[in-house]
Amino acid sequence: MIDQVIHLLGYDFAQNAIAAGIVIAIVSGIVSRFVVARNMAFAVHALAELGFTGAAGAILVGVSAVVGLLVGTTITALFIGVLGVRVRERDSVVGVVMAFGLGLGVLFLTLYPRYATEAFTILFGTITGVNRGDVVLLIAIGILTLGALAIVYRPLTFATVDPEVAEARGVPVGALAIVFLLIMAAAVAEAVQVVGVLLILTLLITPGASAEHLTARPGRATTYSVALALICVLGGILLALVTNLPVSVFVTGLSFASYLLARFVLGPATLAREGRQLVGS
Amino acid sequence: MALPVVQFRDATLEYHERRVWSDLQLTFEAPSFVAILGPNGSGKTSLLRVILGLTPLTTGTVNVLGAAPRRGNPGIGYVPQHQSFDRDLPLRGRDLVGLGIDGHRWGIGRPSAQRARVVQDAIESVEAVAYADAPIGRLSGGEQQRLRIAQALVGDPQLLLCDEPLASLDLHHQQEITGLIDGWHRRTGRTVLFVTHDVNPILPLVDRVLFVVNGRWAAGTPDEILTSERLSELYGSHVDVLRVHDRVLVVGDTTGSGFDLEQPHHLPAIDDDAGHPPVGASR
Repeated sequence: MIDQVIHLLGYDFAQNAIAAGIVIAIVSGIVSRFVVARNMAFAVHALAELGFTGAAGAILVGVSAVVGLLVGTTITALFIGVLGVRVRERDSVVGVVMAFGLGLGVLFLTLYPRYATEAFTILFGTITGVNRGDVVLLIAIGILTLGALAIVYRPLTFATVDPEVAEARGVPVGALAIVFLLIMAAAVAEAVQVVGVLLILTLLITPGASAEHLTARPGRATTYSVALALICVLGGILLALVTNLPVSVFVTGLSFASYLLARFVLGPATLAREGRQLVGS
Repeated sequence: MALPVVQFRDATLEYHERRVWSDLQLTFEAPSFVAILGPNGSGKTSLLRVILGLTPLTTGTVNVLGAAPRRGNPGIGYVPQHQSFDRDLPLRGRDLVGLGIDGHRWGIGRPSAQRARVVQDAIESVEAVAYADAPIGRLSGGEQQRLRIAQALVGDPQLLLCDEPLASLDLHHQQEITGLIDGWHRRTGRTVLFVTHDVNPILPLVDRVLFVVNGRWAAGTPDEILTSERLSELYGSHVDVLRVHDRVLVVGDTTGSGFDLEQPHHLPAIDDDAGHPPVGASR
């Protein structure tokens, strides 16, 4: 089997998938930490579904689906950011925008004659099918996103865990919320390549949610989240190459297994070690 | 003697065309421990937001530590109302205190021995060493508030703003928290502005009171302000101020039932929702 993997890794399509997969996993690992801490699962889902609309529109007019995805997620992020200022409002706005956008997606697909395969790849992931141009584009978007994350990482952490004091200390909490939505938009457009629109949460929620159970240290949690995302994406790609089944099957499986392990086996042990040291009071 | 720490001149704040308070003339010098009192929606938090540079005055001027207010003023420490953290949030008390040093700066941030020492000193000063490395969401409300005080004091501020830091704490923890704040105030000779709806837990510590009701205000020593005459004037209806043991009770005659500042919604003519949102609510 190892021989088979080495043989497959000689092919361009496998190398493309792994190169893009590494960048996508790092972005997903970091972003998922904030998605979990900011309670934004629903927004991630909406960004992905409207990314689908963007991709369907792009295919219809003959543009790269990656570009369409990014346009769809970015427009949605701006909508949510501008209209949904308060947390409660945000979920309603997400729902309203998502419903309308998906309707458009259905229209675009219907107008496109060969829609079935295209739709399947956007909905369930295509990483082993991306071409060289898209890989370069995905890596470029990924590096830009990582750069943006590096700039906002500390104030975004402050605004996420302790928004009141962060604002009092001068952190632009409202502007960072919109910046983070745009970062999410890019991360979603990236992660959709691996697992598709419908399974997006497996990369943008699960690594961060698993990491929370492994440590009480914020920096370490981010490192663990990235490591888990890398294991899931690269493991998924390799297993898919060997078995010829879709990548998303393995990514979601590995991701779910890592969550169970973190939550029920490693987590309780960590809590006992790092956790509450009882005091007299 | 010293330069004023906070000085309001002819200061008026309007919010959605409603006058929150007007013609505020106030000077707080160091060292003072000021209680800011009044019913919900009377603009107590808005006052702090103005000092923090988050909300501009409608008219008039305010001077904070010798300059116009500005966002992220490093001379100000801020302690919010207790809000519990999620149980699973990967954040230790030590990290929370560290955010008080450099959480507002761009970039990722690098650990350094000096930073770690400053954080450790702040944790020791509030006697929170025993639980500073535990996940903060698993600490009690009193423990979390201790760490919040360390977070507010770690930058060595000239002015400490506290917005209802005792709310939802039991009496024992209230005393611990007020003791910490008072200890810092006495040790450094610096100024505390303490917003609260119940003055009693801090009454022995306070040397000045600002009472805001329905757009009107009064300032002075507790004995000057917490009287039936002054508060009746402020509320615009008859109010009795009773001193029972060491507690102050404010009782209005319109409802016929006794109440104190802990039930401000019984007081007449108060619009509960007209004030500013609390700090952080714009998220």
